[in-house]
Amino acid sequence: MVNDTSFAPWDDPQERPLIRFQNVTKRFGDFVAIDDLTLDIYQREFFALLGPSGCGKTTMMRMLAGFEEPTDGMIELAGEDIAHVPPNKRAVNMMFQSYALFPHLSVWDNVAFGLRRESRDKDAIAERVEQMLKLTRLEKFAGRKPHQISGGQRQRVALARSLAKAPKLLLLDEPLGALDAKLRQATQFELMDIQEKTGTTFVIVTHDQEEAMTVASRVAVMDEGRVMQVATPEQIYEAPNSTYVADFIGDVNLIEGRAKPNGGGAYHINWAEGQAPFEAKSDMVLSEGQRCHLALRPEKVGIQPNKPEEVNAVQGKVLDIAYLGNLSTYHVELSTGQVIKAQTANTNRLSRRDFMWDDPVWVSWSASAGVLLSQ
Amino acid sequence: MGQLERKRGGAPVAMRRLTLITVPYLWLLALFLIPFAIVFKISLSDIALAIPPYTPTMEDGLWALLSQLDFENFVFLTEDDLYWKAYLSSLQIALISTVLTLLVGYPMAYAMARAPEEWRPTLMMLVILPFWTSFLIRVYAWVGILSSEGFLNQFLLWLGIVDTPLKILNTNTAVYVGIVYTYLPFMILPIYAALDRLDGSLIEAAEDLGCSRLEAFWLVTIPLSKNGIIAGCFLVFIPALGEFVIPSLLGGSGTLMIGKVLFEEFFANRDWPVASAVAVILLLILIVPIVLFQRNEQRQAKAEK
Repeated sequence: MVNDTSFAPWDDPQERPLIRFQNVTKRFGDFVAIDDLTLDIYQREFFALLGPSGCGKTTMMRMLAGFEEPTDGMIELAGEDIAHVPPNKRAVNMMFQSYALFPHLSVWDNVAFGLRRESRDKDAIAERVEQMLKLTRLEKFAGRKPHQISGGQRQRVALARSLAKAPKLLLLDEPLGALDAKLRQATQFELMDIQEKTGTTFVIVTHDQEEAMTVASRVAVMDEGRVMQVATPEQIYEAPNSTYVADFIGDVNLIEGRAKPNGGGAYHINWAEGQAPFEAKSDMVLSEGQRCHLALRPEKVGIQPNKPEEVNAVQGKVLDIAYLGNLSTYHVELSTGQVIKAQTANTNRLSRRDFMWDDPVWVSWSASAGVLLSQ
Repeated sequence: MGQLERKRGGAPVAMRRLTLITVPYLWLLALFLIPFAIVFKISLSDIALAIPPYTPTMEDGLWALLSQLDFENFVFLTEDDLYWKAYLSSLQIALISTVLTLLVGYPMAYAMARAPEEWRPTLMMLVILPFWTSFLIRVYAWVGILSSEGFLNQFLLWLGIVDTPLKILNTNTAVYVGIVYTYLPFMILPIYAALDRLDGSLIEAAEDLGCSRLEAFWLVTIPLSKNGIIAGCFLVFIPALGEFVIPSLLGGSGTLMIGKVLFEEFFANRDWPVASAVAVILLLILIVPIVLFQRNEQRQAKAEK
């Protein structure tokens, strides 16, 4: 879905969203968990709600599932207001963080549980269960109890169970949280694969930005009950709309300064007294002297022993080196005391590293490498 | 792990283990098996006007003692229909009161498990609190409540619901009330333990998959508290079967329970051999539910592993 460049229903004004949050507010006593939130999610989307714990993402998911009712506002599913419909009466299923598999039932019976509630046709149920077990490659474990299978298999049982009723919307609450790193990655691709095969709309809640970026067609970054930005992973990463989003997604250098328009979307950023201003390009209109941040991804910052030919270049010395195996991040301290992170791929063996601690170096980047942020 | 230890530690570890296991077995031997052997021996003896009130005794010498033992008393139990009627009636009363205790105890345990976290220790305390007063006094208190002039009847008369006092005391109803009241904590605690462990997201998952609240309760909560229910039922049924104090204080002349029969054989008739035979049979009857209970506990322990 992510690779499919033509899939962008959110850009199509004709398209009707599957889910519509309209001015939804949720209060628990005095605490405002969701603050006047409006959001559209389209059919066949793999939508990620991303944010730190306590940002309201879980509350949003629980409102979609029907476990919480909004204090104010409307939640529409396929044009119907479902804000006050109980969980057992809506075409939404949820995959729980703890998986919530019924320990007294076999894998087969767990998957069949939802089907049995709506149909008495044994053959149809059996057929659907077999289909789900095949989709999640669990045929061999059908007769086992949840405590007799591994964590990864339990995760797949939970997925099969929540997909069995062919919901219009599947909610996934931190679905991969309990898996180790290797299995997580494999499972992320499996999830995307299954989402594509079934064509179900997925809404995933996660605090892991890498996971959100990998699986989602669009990501909503949340903070304190508000959506900060909704966009594709590429846009969120390359064009964050605020320092919060830029800082939350990936690693970033934030340089504060004052803008000086140069015409044609070019700006000079005065970032420190007595230092040459940085050059930056932006579609945003900033006034003379307006406070702003230049957000620079470390991998877009070069590091050289000699002064390069780039428009933005500053000298400093290597303060720290974070070796990540495939990459190294250099923390370079400038003469102003600011630290800029520059990342390079480790194409050479470690013994032939170019820079060591305290080496004098130049960091540089192009005028279009950074993003100007006014908030 | 165990094998490694044995290799490294050799004999001392095995010795220590043996000692550790021996202690509870010695306990059982001294406090259960030996008394049982004595009771069993008396049940095979004959009644005598002597102290102790049976023959033969050890004074007759071992060989004479063994040769005089017979199953006469057990045969006697089958001849007089008082005994098997008392056993049956005890079974019936124990069964009915177990079911009643479950019906009263389950909702209480459920409410406790659902109560806010900070309330639970207090509620638990309230369940256990009655144990702080003597059991006998608490049962006597029920005489004061249930008698014709008791609080309950006075209250009902005052409300105008009845115009003549209800006869509750000295009937089987009073026995049921007494047993349910006395054994309620034994029912509540294991069920509460099971419900407390129950993951709330399982109920949400059931609702999410299309269950109403009631269906979720029936399909998830009940099966997952099954072990607590079974444990609670046995903990009530086993002592209720041989109960003596409650039927003799609250029950009437029509209340036939084996505990009462046992008491009368021992202290009214002073027929120790027959009383012992009654006790041995009661024990044999109880072994069945006790073994079942043990198996349930073991299965649960295995499932939790």
